[in-house]
Amino acid sequence: MTKLNELTVKESIEGLKAQAFTSVELVQACLAEIARLDGYIKAYIKVLAEEALAAAQAADEQIRADPEIFNQKPLLGIPYACKDNYSTKGIETTAAANILRGYIPPYESTVTEKLKHGVSTDASDFFVTRNPWDLSKVPGGSSGGSAAAVASHMCTFAMGSDTGGSIRCPASWCGITGLKPMYGRVSRYGLISMASSTDCPGPLTKTAWDAHYVLQVIAGKDSKDATSSNGDVKALTNSVAGLRIGVPKSYFAVDFETPAIKQTILDALKTFEKAGATLVNVDLLPPKYAVAVYTVIQRSEVSSNLARFDGIRFGQSRNAFGYEARRRMMLGAYTLSAGYYDEYYTKAQKVRTLIVEGFKKAFSAADIIVGPTMPNLPVPIGMLDSSPIFGELTDMMQLPGSMAGLPVVSIPCGFVSGFPIGMQLIGPHFGEAGILSAAKVFQDTTNFHLQMPSGIKELT
Amino acid sequence: MKLVLGLEIHIQVNAKHKMFCGCLADIWQAEPNSHTCPTCLGLPGALPVPNFEAVQKAHKLGMVLNCVINTNSHFDRKHYFYPDLPKGYQISQYKEPLCGRGCLELNSGYCVDIERVHLEEDTAKSFHADGKTLIDFNKSGIALIEIVTAPCFGQVTDAVEFCKKVQDIARVCDVSDADMEKGNMRLEANISLRTAEMEQAGILPTYKVEVKNINSFRFMEKAVLFELNRQTELFDSGQTPKQENRGWDEKKQGTVSQRTKEEAHDYRYFPDPDIPPLHFSSEYIAKLKQSLPELPHQLKTRLVKDYGLKPASAEFFVSGLGIELVPKFERVAMLTNDPVGTANVLINKAGLRTSSSEDLAKEVVQKRSSHTLTVSELTEVVSKVIVANPEVVANYKGGKESALQFLVGQCMRETQGKADPRTIIDLLKQTV
Repeated sequence: MTKLNELTVKESIEGLKAQAFTSVELVQACLAEIARLDGYIKAYIKVLAEEALAAAQAADEQIRADPEIFNQKPLLGIPYACKDNYSTKGIETTAAANILRGYIPPYESTVTEKLKHGVSTDASDFFVTRNPWDLSKVPGGSSGGSAAAVASHMCTFAMGSDTGGSIRCPASWCGITGLKPMYGRVSRYGLISMASSTDCPGPLTKTAWDAHYVLQVIAGKDSKDATSSNGDVKALTNSVAGLRIGVPKSYFAVDFETPAIKQTILDALKTFEKAGATLVNVDLLPPKYAVAVYTVIQRSEVSSNLARFDGIRFGQSRNAFGYEARRRMMLGAYTLSAGYYDEYYTKAQKVRTLIVEGFKKAFSAADIIVGPTMPNLPVPIGMLDSSPIFGELTDMMQLPGSMAGLPVVSIPCGFVSGFPIGMQLIGPHFGEAGILSAAKVFQDTTNFHLQMPSGIKELT
Repeated sequence: MKLVLGLEIHIQVNAKHKMFCGCLADIWQAEPNSHTCPTCLGLPGALPVPNFEAVQKAHKLGMVLNCVINTNSHFDRKHYFYPDLPKGYQISQYKEPLCGRGCLELNSGYCVDIERVHLEEDTAKSFHADGKTLIDFNKSGIALIEIVTAPCFGQVTDAVEFCKKVQDIARVCDVSDADMEKGNMRLEANISLRTAEMEQAGILPTYKVEVKNINSFRFMEKAVLFELNRQTELFDSGQTPKQENRGWDEKKQGTVSQRTKEEAHDYRYFPDPDIPPLHFSSEYIAKLKQSLPELPHQLKTRLVKDYGLKPASAEFFVSGLGIELVPKFERVAMLTNDPVGTANVLINKAGLRTSSSEDLAKEVVQKRSSHTLTVSELTEVVSKVIVANPEVVANYKGGKESALQFLVGQCMRETQGKADPRTIIDLLKQTV
């Protein structure tokens, strides 16, 4: 029998509803798996075991009293992990940065407030988290802790955040489903800002159905976030018959470090064709332009957003900033400075508009757009330190979606050298249901998302 | 050397809430840090949501100052480090302010050139005591309107008049209490000198001295005159004044240097990505314009024209405390059918201003009867007026009825309203 911690959100809710098991048992199974594996994986900064068990007990009582309670509290009793950049009232929140060590928020983020009925553990990447498929490799970042926790079944689902691929990259490298919702779909209130114009809270899950389910809970206009938007998350459909899938040549023309990745995506496109979808060519700007645009805009916003950590109020002096943060602040301060602003920031915003327009045009010919998530396999631990924009280069294909604020989901679509390969499905604004329906159809006919990571199989 | 003076006026908006969060903005005498939330404390993850009431009030002020109302506007981040600025940047407006170029006419007819009216957030307040610095964040995030004028003042009296007019307008339009003692209204003066030749050629000086945080009209006048002398002396000794920030020191009766500005500060402005750009429809702008109350200069014209007040008396009712007395003045003037007498009572007897309209009316009537001049006294006044205005008398004789009204007005003025207008008319007709 499948262990309870290995269940999806859907299976867990069905079991809780049928009272086949309890929330306490779900939580205990996750805690046991954390005890067994997290010494190797290092996904969690903090495990709120007592709090989770108490919440599970309360959930069980409510479920016993009213099995239909899931209509009002859709995630009641489901254990989840949360990236450590969501403000959680009374619980230290560090964004895995030394500068915030000891910071205890006096308020709760909108997302974690909405997930209150779930059972939270606390994940992040303060130290190097390991990839469950190969412990000598990184899981991808920056929601790597969340992705590794889901992939190794140390929780039922997890919350991450995506600024320039931070949900999709680790989802791809860890072989799970990672959804970056449309910008503004999910409130950023309480999420510690990286780049305010692209930050997107989103779920990391075991299936596309789960991602859609969690999205419905966390989506919606928030009076505390002026950039959040209204609009229902549409229901999933069960077919891709007649779906026009755009294939951008420029996304397949990039330099793949591992050429077999490209073939894996092309094979996955055939699966869609067999299911009744049609493939159409679409023209999009080569992703390398998005790298330049993203680097300028993200650094500019980072330099501004990190200005509040001035060493006066958060306990740590500014010396606590890591080198990467310092590099970003210095570059951002430069691109915003008088005399250079137009040359960098203004020009980047103009190219950003071109990227947005390019997608608009492409979506008149296609319903969704599909491409590879990552051009390479997970890299060895330590490699990321060697090049300041290594992240941008490997996240290259995710940056256009971030710059245009589009919804994108990455799902596993095959294996190369024993590593899972991610495929990203990009939708138009408010198009989450479209990409997640296609992802669900793909998962209904394939089993790439059901594989147990090789790196943890033999661990005891 | 000629004075070149430009002003920056900051006015706290009397909106119910702060500029970007739900905290109440009425912080007068409140417990320190009692009006705070994650947003105005600048906590990580907290976000700003613009307050539409404050936007509307800024627009109203801009409209009265005859500014262009920009249909597209946005907020920018202005970066600098200071303990009272919790985010490391102030949300302000740089490229697209709510209101652009405008002007306001002074009593002399001179038009003050206004560059912009924009909205921003106020900073927190620091207290320094016993070698420690304490910060009260109640003020942090309160909506603040900034009015920037061109360096268009050549006389400090014009600048003071402009500031007073802005204060009156802000009160009449219910934009701000504009109480300088409470810090609702703060002034900054940019002061420099140039030669008469430069003035003629329209050339501005290459430096300016900013005197910050002036909290009374009197201090502004003193600070500008002090700078005028200080800078003149520097030029006389062959030096050019430094570009710097100075502050008015009341104890020293002079300005003191605070910070030298070798170059302009680089605030690294960029559009705040947390706040979507603002768009205003022409319907919204038209509707708001219609909702504007009667303005001081319009009121003054009406008081002189409809009630026959002397311009000096009318001035009392359109500035400072007098504005609040206008409704009472109109009621009592109607009750007594004696606007001039009513105005005199309200202007001269401060103690009676809080009395009810009925009591005031009694007072006006009583005053008139007790002081009504005898016919012989009045005849003397009438003769004096006729001798002093031969042309008007000639006009009247030529059939111009309105000339008589003027003569009656002159007589009323001479008698300080202590006469019955009808008796004067009779006397005038007889005499002429």
